[in-house]
Amino acid sequence: MDWRRFAIIALVIAIMFGTVVLVGSTQNSPLLIITSMLTTTIAVATPLTLGALSGIFCEKAGVVNIGIEGMMLGAAFFGWLASIYMNTVYHQDPLVSMTFGVLIAILSGGMFALLHAVLSITFKVDQIIGGTVINILATGITGFLNRQMFFGAGSVFKGQIPHSPGVLPSISIPFLADIPTFGSIFVQQPITWAALILVVVSYWVLSHTRWGLRTRAVGEHPRAADTVGINVVFMRYANVIIGGFLAGLGGAYFTLESISSFEPLMTNGRGFIALAAMIFGNWTPFGAWAAALVFGAAQALQINLQQYKDVIPPNLAVLQNSYIVGLAPYILTMLILTGVIGKTIPPAADGKPYDK
Amino acid sequence: MADNTIVLEAKDITKHFPGVLANDKVNFDLRRGEVHALLGENGAGKSTLMNILYGLYRPDSGEILVDGAPLTITSPKDAIHKGIGMVHQHFMLIPVFSVTENVMLGAETDHRAHPNNGPLAHLDRKEVSKKVRDLSRQYGFDLDPEAIVGDLPVGVQQRVEIIKALYRNAKILILDEPTAVLTPQEADDLFKIVHELTQQGVSVVFITHKLKEVLAIADRITVMRAGKVVGIAKPKETNEQQLAAMMVGREVILTVDKQPAKPKESVLVVENLRVRDQRDLETVRGVSFNVHAGEILGIAGVQGNGQTELAEALSGLRGIESGKISLADKNLTNQTPRDFTETGLAHIPEDRQKHGLVLGYTIADNMILCDYYRPPFSIAGVLQQNAVDTNARKLIKEYDVRTPSPYVSAGKLSGGNQQKVIVARELSRAVKLVIANQPTRGLDVGSIEYIHKEIVHMRDRDVAVLLISAELDEIMALSDRIAVMYRGEIVTTVDAKSVSREQLGLWMAGVSPTSVKV
Repeated sequence: MDWRRFAIIALVIAIMFGTVVLVGSTQNSPLLIITSMLTTTIAVATPLTLGALSGIFCEKAGVVNIGIEGMMLGAAFFGWLASIYMNTVYHQDPLVSMTFGVLIAILSGGMFALLHAVLSITFKVDQIIGGTVINILATGITGFLNRQMFFGAGSVFKGQIPHSPGVLPSISIPFLADIPTFGSIFVQQPITWAALILVVVSYWVLSHTRWGLRTRAVGEHPRAADTVGINVVFMRYANVIIGGFLAGLGGAYFTLESISSFEPLMTNGRGFIALAAMIFGNWTPFGAWAAALVFGAAQALQINLQQYKDVIPPNLAVLQNSYIVGLAPYILTMLILTGVIGKTIPPAADGKPYDK
Repeated sequence: MADNTIVLEAKDITKHFPGVLANDKVNFDLRRGEVHALLGENGAGKSTLMNILYGLYRPDSGEILVDGAPLTITSPKDAIHKGIGMVHQHFMLIPVFSVTENVMLGAETDHRAHPNNGPLAHLDRKEVSKKVRDLSRQYGFDLDPEAIVGDLPVGVQQRVEIIKALYRNAKILILDEPTAVLTPQEADDLFKIVHELTQQGVSVVFITHKLKEVLAIADRITVMRAGKVVGIAKPKETNEQQLAAMMVGREVILTVDKQPAKPKESVLVVENLRVRDQRDLETVRGVSFNVHAGEILGIAGVQGNGQTELAEALSGLRGIESGKISLADKNLTNQTPRDFTETGLAHIPEDRQKHGLVLGYTIADNMILCDYYRPPFSIAGVLQQNAVDTNARKLIKEYDVRTPSPYVSAGKLSGGNQQKVIVARELSRAVKLVIANQPTRGLDVGSIEYIHKEIVHMRDRDVAVLLISAELDEIMALSDRIAVMYRGEIVTTVDAKSVSREQLGLWMAGVSPTSVKV
């Protein structure tokens, strides 16, 4: 990550935080506000971080994946469904049900990814089309099953939406969480912690292990990798499926960590924003995480502003309209994707099927 | 340090491809520490044979012996394991990786006493770096293991490929057209490295179609033609003429046979032309010259002295800064490429794959790129397939393009045949001026001879020819007048008959003509 990119990230985040501090300063201390912003930012950046990591594994291996949105949506639904079944049908403890739900979410992400891999690696379908197939399929399948199972006469749950097991409990980091005021940053839910750990793990795997070297080789110059005896097809399959697992975990965030229900289309473009984060982060795990934090901060701005809605000064009246504030992440995405913020370099063979 | 131990032997190798007998009972052997050149035109079967030895193809019949023991090589992995390394013509390097990373790729933990085959094995970049440095010192060249390969000059990238093979303990090194991408200086350096390798017992197969090279470097020369071995020679007992005849299968005229020019009126008039390149540097700086009907004006110069931008400006591909270009008395300054084409320009561009052909199009479609929009190829905006087909079949025959059908995509052809498609398209039209920029770069002897003949033929039909080439031999052989370009200027224009090679070389290197007597 070059310094310019870092400066832009710091600046954008500072502007978001500064806005809330400015508005809320009559109600709360700046430190409290900043802490609250940071806590929210890290939490809401979770699906973006995981989505971006998913994209990194796929694209570093040379497969473009615009189906992350669909993978997350599908995983959100199936993970949630699994947890409900465990809870209401098999009467399992909520925590066990939710853990099972997360596992199913990860696996369903992997299944969608397998489909993408078959389409784009084996059948060499245009990878953008493959990704679009996944997005449409996930929207259709989740919307359909959601209605069939939960609503209307003859549905599985007979129109009675069953009690969901809730959301995953927070985990506090010992000692750090006890710091006055500031400590609440260290109280986060498990998928958020997992995402942070996975950023570090992904960096390590991609940069310092044999797997990473080979993954990057097949994404840069598959023929060169082939001539030194690397199985290009296997490496691509494996990485796309790893990407699917990561997207699946990101999907679990929506229905098992953030809120305890499913709504059609609830990923709301987060899979695409994750791709923007991946690009802005120049296909590196830490860069993507930093970019995800920018988008997270934009979302945190919207969330945190709500509690100061009544004290917004007249010269910032525009902030009263939460719809306008809610546009921030999408506007940032557009700016980043139009390349305003410097050029990034994708893997050379990204999106190109390998022909022997 | 060649001794007589045979380290690699191919016996009666036969390989069919659909419609082609690529190798027909080929025998080939390699002795320890020798440089064995494999000479042949494009498509003679050299690469097929080497790809069989390297495990990329399986032969239909025949056997391979390494150190006297027969074995089947089914993948590059097997070949590497048996000590065979290959440096491909198009390097198999990953540009964004460091030298070390490229070397260790696929053999990540081989330097350890107990190689770890787990996917999460740690990359010991430091240890491998050290080994790379030691190896490169051992064979007498410098290589910075930390450098990013994409930043290195082509000649150095080739050394990375060699180190990659040596790191895997290659005792046999196959170099596929190693000098095709090198400057003469880089090629000399490569020869030194090859010499050092053989001194240390490595055996080298040197695949090429360049005659001068094999005579300079090989201990033995095997010549292939049309899938067969046609002879084995020793450099001391043969010469260029003889080798060329073996390669092509008939006497080849290495010098161009042409009558004195009979220049007529000026066709191309260039006045004080200034052009900028894409970095906005002025690379053509006030150039003026004429080309007459019935003459070949050669532009000599070391590459990168403005020739590329000059040719682009003269074909309408690049806007000019100032000056005037007129073709057949028509002012074409800053007009479109189509205006140039319609006025009578034939352009054989420098990069045949980028600017000469649409690689994904068929040969037939490539052959109408200049005329597709008018009759007979297009009537009321609809392509006339019959006319396109007739045209293609006629040109393929006339210009001897070797292809199974006019509907093969241009990208599938060899370089020589690709160039013939361009030459056919450009020279078959009624043109007044031919701009040929590096028309024979990377081609084999037969194709070069053919294209040279066509160019002279155009001249004899009273077409003006502007030949741009970095090959001094080509300029000397074809031109009637020679202009020398240096740093964007034409330093002098001379009669081709009255100038020596050495003199041209001095001018090309920037020695001012006014300070030297011709």
